[in-house]
Amino acid sequence: MSQREDIKKTYKLYIGGKFPRTESGRYIKWVDANNKGAVNICRGSRKDFRNAMVTARDAFSGWCSRTAYNRSQILYRIGEILEGRRSQFANELILQGSSKKEAGNEINQSIDRLIYYAGWADKYQQIFSRVNPVASSYFNFSYPEPTGVVSALAPNNSSLIGLVSIVAPIIAGGNTVVVLASEEKPLCSITFAEVLHTSDVPGGVVNILTGYRSELLDHFSSHMDVNAIVYCGNESEEIKLIQENAALNVKRPIVYTDENWLSKNVQDPYRILNTLETKTTWHPVGI
Amino acid sequence: MNKKINKSDFKTDWSYSPAPESTDHIKIVKKNDLFINGKFMPPEKGKYFKTINPANEQKLADVAEADKSDVDKAVKAARKAYDKVWSKMDPSERGKYIYRIARLIQERAREFSVIETMDGGKPIRESRDIDIPLVSAHFFYYAGWADKLSYAFPGKQAKPIGVAGQIIPWNFPLLMAAWKLAPALATGNTVVLKPAETTPLTAMKLAEIIQEADLPPGVVNIINGDGKTGRAIVEHEDINKIAFTGSTDVGKMIMKSVAGTGKKYTLELGGKAANIIFEDAAIDQAVEGIIDGIFFNQGHVCCAGSRLFVQESVADTVISKLKDRMESLIVGDPLDKNTDIGAINSKMQLEKIKMYVDIGQKEGGSVHQSSCGLPEKGYWHAPTLFTDVSQSHRIVQEEIFGPVLAIQTFRTVDEVIAKANNTPFGLSGGVWTDKGSKIFQVSKSIRAGVLWANTFNKFDPTSPFGGYKESGMGREGGLEGLMPYVNLV
Amino acid sequence: METFIHRIDQVGAQERVSRLFSRSIKKESKIDALNTVLSMIDLTTLEGKDSPGKVKQLCYKAAHLHDQFPNLPSVAAICVYPTMVPIAKKALENTNINVASVATAFPAGMTSLEYKLEEVKRVVVDGADEVDMVISRGKFLRGEYNYVSDEISLVKEACGQAHLKVILETGELVTLDNVRLASDLAMEAGADFIKTSTGKVSPAATPPVVLIMLEAIRDYYKKTGKKIGMKPAGGISKAKLAIQYLVMIKETLGQDWLDADLFRFGASSLANDVLMQIVKQSTGVYQSANYFSID
Repeated sequence: MSQREDIKKTYKLYIGGKFPRTESGRYIKWVDANNKGAVNICRGSRKDFRNAMVTARDAFSGWCSRTAYNRSQILYRIGEILEGRRSQFANELILQGSSKKEAGNEINQSIDRLIYYAGWADKYQQIFSRVNPVASSYFNFSYPEPTGVVSALAPNNSSLIGLVSIVAPIIAGGNTVVVLASEEKPLCSITFAEVLHTSDVPGGVVNILTGYRSELLDHFSSHMDVNAIVYCGNESEEIKLIQENAALNVKRPIVYTDENWLSKNVQDPYRILNTLETKTTWHPVGI
Repeated sequence: MNKKINKSDFKTDWSYSPAPESTDHIKIVKKNDLFINGKFMPPEKGKYFKTINPANEQKLADVAEADKSDVDKAVKAARKAYDKVWSKMDPSERGKYIYRIARLIQERAREFSVIETMDGGKPIRESRDIDIPLVSAHFFYYAGWADKLSYAFPGKQAKPIGVAGQIIPWNFPLLMAAWKLAPALATGNTVVLKPAETTPLTAMKLAEIIQEADLPPGVVNIINGDGKTGRAIVEHEDINKIAFTGSTDVGKMIMKSVAGTGKKYTLELGGKAANIIFEDAAIDQAVEGIIDGIFFNQGHVCCAGSRLFVQESVADTVISKLKDRMESLIVGDPLDKNTDIGAINSKMQLEKIKMYVDIGQKEGGSVHQSSCGLPEKGYWHAPTLFTDVSQSHRIVQEEIFGPVLAIQTFRTVDEVIAKANNTPFGLSGGVWTDKGSKIFQVSKSIRAGVLWANTFNKFDPTSPFGGYKESGMGREGGLEGLMPYVNLV
Repeated sequence: METFIHRIDQVGAQERVSRLFSRSIKKESKIDALNTVLSMIDLTTLEGKDSPGKVKQLCYKAAHLHDQFPNLPSVAAICVYPTMVPIAKKALENTNINVASVATAFPAGMTSLEYKLEEVKRVVVDGADEVDMVISRGKFLRGEYNYVSDEISLVKEACGQAHLKVILETGELVTLDNVRLASDLAMEAGADFIKTSTGKVSPAATPPVVLIMLEAIRDYYKKTGKKIGMKPAGGISKAKLAIQYLVMIKETLGQDWLDADLFRFGASSLANDVLMQIVKQSTGVYQSANYFSID
C-alpha cells in the first residue's frame, strides 16, 4: 500500500470575498523557518490593489450602515471561528518560526483582541459622541462616522496578531480595508482570510494582499480613493513617502511604530477613533 | 388696483439714511512690529508691508514682514516659554490667563469689530454680532478646559505637544486666531501665530491684549508676512505642530513639507457644500438659509453653501423668492450698520471671483445678479447666482470663495445625496425639510463634517468644526478641538 | 379650501426678525419713519369702561396730535366698540380720520353667526368705515377650516362698502404654522386686512407672527395680484418697535405697503411715544411725557 500524499494549500489573495491568484501571475517563493518546505505566495501587484480598492469602496456603504450590534457580532464571530481553527494557525506560526508555546499565545491574544474590539464596536460611539451646549436655540450633537476606505500595511515583524490588531479597529469603526500582510510572515494572513470568509464578514470589507511592501507602498498611499492609510513600522523613508503621498487627496496618514503587538498596550478605542471622522449636526429647537 | 380707503394724503418714499459706525474711538497703530517674547520688535531686515482697507483702497498701516530669522526668534521664544513656564504651570492658572484674554476682548469688542471691518471689508454687523462675540466665547470656553483635560480623554493622559505654528486666513481674521490659540494654550502648548497678510491688524491688537493680560513672554508670538513667512514656520525644525486654515492647495503643500518630520498637523481647508432644499421644507426660512449660506461674509467662507440643490417641485418658487430676497441685500460701506454685504477682501480675490463668473457664463450657465449699485473705489462684487448648471460645470466643482451661488434641481433623495457627495470636498452641508426622519437619513448620508439641518452657517465654541476628505483633517471647537493639541499617553 | 400648506420654522423666523430689527434707522430716515408710523395708527380704545366722553376726547386727540407741531400727519383711524361708532363718527365729521369698529362679538367671538352678521351690519349702518372681526379660534384649532372661512366670507358680504380686517388672535393659535394657515385662509375668504390680535390675549402681536403674516401677504400678492393689508395690534407702544416693523414691511413687502391703505398699527399709547421722538429729533432734546397729552 503506497503512502498517502498530503494535499498542499495554495496561498492566494483575498479580494471582494473571493480568493483569486494575483492577476500578475507572479509569486514569491517562501521558505519556512526550518528550511524544510517552500510555498508560493502571491506577489500582489498594483492592479490587484486597484481591484481590491474597487471592492472595498463598493462594500463601504453596506458595511457602514450595518447596525453597530451587527458589526459587533460579526467581529465576535471572527473570534469564534479563529478559535476553532487554532491548530491550522499554530502549524503556520511554527512554520514561520514561533515555538509551540509562542504560537499558542499569539493565537490566544489574536482571539482576545477580536473579542476586545467586538465589544467596542457598539460602544465607542458613546465614548466619542457628545451633545454640545451651543449658546443658541439649536440642538447640536457630534458623533463619529467611519472615514471610508482604509489602506493598511500590517506589521512586517508580526504575523497573525499584527494583522488582527490592525484590521479589527478599522472594521469595528465601519470602514472597509485593503491590507498588505507581513512580507516576512505571510502564511497566516490567507488562512485568516478564510476565517473572515466563514464569519459573515461581507465580501470586500476586508481585502488581504500579499507581496512586497517596497513595491506596493507607493500605490497604497497614492490611490485617490483611499481615505486613510495605516502604516505599521519604523522605516523613516517609507513613512515620509506615505505622508507625502497622503497629500494628494488629504488622506489621513496613521503611523504605528509599536514593536510588541502581543502587548495589551496596542489596543484601545483611540485606535478606532484614528479612522473615524466627527460629524456635527445642528437643528433648531422650536414649535 | 386696490380701493383707496385711507383719507389722508400722507405719502412716504422711505429709505435708510447712512448709519456709519463711528471710528473716532479706535486707534490703529500706524507701524506694527513683530510680537515676540512679549514685546513688539522690528523685523531683522527692517521690511514692512502695507495693509489697506479693501472698501476704499486706502492704506491703514504698515506691518512688519517676518523672515526666517524672525521666525526663528519667535520659535525660540515659544520654546523657552514652553519649557520653562507654560507646560509646567498649574493648569488652573493657565486657564485664568485665558479667561482674562476673553474678558479683555469683551471689553474692547467694539474696537476689534471696527478694525476687523476696516482691514478685511466685512460688514460691521457681522464683525460686531458674530466674529468678535465668538472670539471671546471661544477663549472663554477653552479656558475652562485647561484643568479638566483628564476628563476629556478616558483612559489616557493628555500631554501638550510643544510649540505650535499656526497659520490663519483672511476671511475671519480674529476668529480664526481664537480658534487656533484658545485650545493650544488651554492644553499647555506655546504658539507662533501668523495672520494673513491682508488682515493683520486685529491680531496685532490681540497682541496688545496678550500683553495687558500679563501672559508670560513667549507663550504667544504673533508675526506677519506672506506665504514665505508661513513656509518658514512650517519648515522650522523646532516646531512640533502645524495648524493651518486656508486653501486645499496650500494644505497639501504643508502635508508634503512636514512628511517624515514627525510634526503633527491639523488642516481646515476648502469646501463646496451642498445646501439641499426639499419640497416639504419651510421655504421662507430656507431662502434665508440659502442667503446666509452663500452671502455671509461676501461668500468668503470655506463652509459656504455654494452648491444649492432644490427639489424640482419647488424650484421655481424658491428661485423666485431667492431673487427677490437678493434685491433687499444692501451692498456697500462695510462700516455702515445696515450693510449686508461688504467689500471683497482683496483685489486678487475679486479677480478670482470675476474669473469664475466668466467661466460660468462661457460654460453656458445663466447668471443673475442683484441690481445693487457698487461703489467706485474698492473691491466689490454683486450677489450672484447661476442656474442651468450641472455637476460638470467648473463653478459647481471648484471653490470660488465669493458671493456666487450655483443652483441645480433634483427629483429624488438618492439623486441629491449622490450629487452632494460627488466632490473631493466634505466640509459642510445643509438639508431643509420638515420631516425629521428625512433629516437624519440625509445628514447621515452626506460625507461632511458639519451638517446644518434647517439652518446654515452656525458656529459655536462648543461645536466641533472640520472636514472629511480634501476639506481637511482634525476638528476645531468643542471637546474634539482639544485633540489636535495633545499627545495621549 | 385649497390652501397650500406652508411650513414655518420658528427659530428661522425669529432669526430673520432679529436681523431685520438690527437695522439702524437714523437722522432723516428716522423722522420720515416716525411720520409714517403716525399716519398708520388706528388709535384705539377698547375698554368695557369706555364712555362717550372718553371716545370724544380720543377723537379730539386724533385730530390734534400735537398742535405745537403743524404738518404732522393725522392717524389713520379711531378704533372703538360698536356702541361708540355713532359718537366717533360725529366727533370726526370734519376730519380725514376713519372710524373702525370691532365686531363679531369681539374679542372672543363666542356667539352665533347670525348675531355676528347682525352686529356687522349695524356698525356699518352707524357709519363705521372699517370693521375689525375676530375669527372663531376654537373652530380653527379643531380643524374646521371651512367653517372659519365661510364665516369670514359672510362677514365680508355683510360689510358692504366697509373695509374688513380679520383678527386672527395669533396668541391663541399657538404655532407659526397656524398663523400662516389662518392668514392664507382669511385672505382667500375675502379679508381686506389681516390683523394679529384683539389686544385682550397675551401674547399679542409678536415680531415673528407679524413677519409670517407679511410673508403670507407677499405670497398671496404674487399668486393673485391682490394687495392685502396688515395690522399688528397689541403691545406696540414704543416708536422704536414701530420703526422696526416698518423695516420689516419694507424688506418683506416693499415700498407699496408703506401706506396706511395697506398697513396699520393698532395701538393706544404708541402715538405719544412717536410724538416725543419727533420732537426730540427736531429739538435735539430728550422729552418728558408730561408735555404730551394723554387722551
